[in-house]
Amino acid sequence: MPRIDTALREIGALDSLAAQDTPVHRLDPRAKLIATMAFVVTAVSFPKREVAELMPLFLFPVALLAVGRVPFGLIGRYLLMASPFAVMVGIFNPLLDREVVAHWGGLAVTGGWLSFLSILLRFALTVGAALTLLACTGYVGVCAGMGRLGAPRALVTQFLLLYRYIFVLADEGARTVRAHALRSDSGRPATVRVWGSMAGHLLLRAHDRGLRVHSAMLARGFDGSIQPLRCLRWAWADTAFLVGSLAFFALVRFGHLSELLGRCALETLH
Amino acid sequence: MSHHIVEAKDLEYSYPDGTPALRGVSFRIEHGESVGLVGANGAGKSTLLLHLNGCLLASKGTVRVGDVPVTQATLPQVRHSVGTIFQDPNDQLFMPTVGEDVAFGPVNMRLPDEEVERRVRESLAAVGAEHLRARPPYRLSGGEKRAAAIAGVLAMEPDILVMDEPSSGLDPRARRNLIALLKGFKHTKIVAAHDLDMIRDLCARTIVLHEGRVAADGPTATVLADRELLAGCGL
Ligand SMILES: Nc1ncnc2c1ncn2[C@@H]1O[C@H](COP(=O)(O)OP(=O)(O)O)[C@@H](O)[C@H]1O
Ligand SMILES: [Mg+2]
Repeated sequence: MPRIDTALREIGALDSLAAQDTPVHRLDPRAKLIATMAFVVTAVSFPKREVAELMPLFLFPVALLAVGRVPFGLIGRYLLMASPFAVMVGIFNPLLDREVVAHWGGLAVTGGWLSFLSILLRFALTVGAALTLLACTGYVGVCAGMGRLGAPRALVTQFLLLYRYIFVLADEGARTVRAHALRSDSGRPATVRVWGSMAGHLLLRAHDRGLRVHSAMLARGFDGSIQPLRCLRWAWADTAFLVGSLAFFALVRFGHLSELLGRCALETLH
Repeated sequence: MSHHIVEAKDLEYSYPDGTPALRGVSFRIEHGESVGLVGANGAGKSTLLLHLNGCLLASKGTVRVGDVPVTQATLPQVRHSVGTIFQDPNDQLFMPTVGEDVAFGPVNMRLPDEEVERRVRESLAAVGAEHLRARPPYRLSGGEKRAAAIAGVLAMEPDILVMDEPSSGLDPRARRNLIALLKGFKHTKIVAAHDLDMIRDLCARTIVLHEGRVAADGPTATVLADRELLAGCGL
């Protein structure tokens, strides 16, 4: 089992990339948020056996990562960490759908394998785009963007506090587990009873902390919503980025870009 | 408010689960005074301090800040003039960066942007933490967290500073810096602490709490010299 606290620290690492100053980072969070949402909709809207047509979509996150100077390896590592879920979702498709739909160099390919591959690709595209958004905008930037786009204030406030206190909670959890390990027989895992008690205490402590944080917020004039955090400024570059991205998605979705690209490639070869 | 006085009269409070925490506390703290609040664990110090900013409201008796009694209706006014520094800075630093956290109070007061900016800059400078402005709070050291939390309170420009064990968890140097910093403030100060040396350094007057009652109230030198009294109160 991956250690939850190290996993959280890594999310912190991803977020600290968001402090960079590149053309991608300077874009308004709203522009990136809308573009990413449109991207996800585009990726999932293809027919379920589509593979080739999905490929050009990779250009979008790859371009953002390259301009935003985010290491590809980091995003790749997260995708690998999360990939078992995608595999589980699609693993039965090859068994259920055995209709042969294509031949690749003498190999008969069934619809099931194509849709499985398609699921993996879409997973990589959508999760990759979300991680890219996070690395190029930062958690707080994304929250601010959501707030300005009309997400309920209470929700945005909760997201912000979640991000702040999940680290504190993880630290407390890690300390509890360590304290248990130091006083228990080496190697013997905790019994269900002990785990239950530890989890219960953690929950109670989290609840107490919630009350204390709320007092501290009230003491400084909190009235139910965190005020606009960062002033966002929409510039021409944002409009250009958004229109460009949407046009690109439309071209991929309806203009059969991959076929076009393939034909171009063939022609230059000849 | 012309006078930054704090007054409690026959203050009683029981927690919702029935624990009686305060059983009749009375005192009056004048403008500009610096008062230490000492007592064993569970004596009721934190509970008392939560009454001074209206986070808890008395079951019986009254608390007045300036000319204003602390009630549901006067909370905004009271919280404007009383700045509270909580025991665990983690509870107090809830915004994504130190700068945004310091701005939290002023923004809630609906101050114009330039005024918020001025206050953030000045309070960070007052605690010597300008360089922490863009940092997320969870990566700060204990002393830095404490400084940031104090800046967040100073930014509201309160008349009265209330502190719950401000020196707990600090190393000796951070502790010395903190004491020097607090000494420089001209506010009316109320400081709960186990750190009797800090109280000696910082406060001319000391109130001893014991099981929810005031056991002694007088000049710090006299009160903290009374070994019998202190031993009787578990100190
Ligand atoms: N949230 C709570 N619910 C019930 N009892 C509490 C709560 N907080 C504190 N108490 C009780 O109130 C009493 C006073 O506590 P507190 O004010 O925290 O003391 P101090 O800060 O002096 O150590 C203690 O007996 C404590 O157990
Ligand atoms: Mg206490």
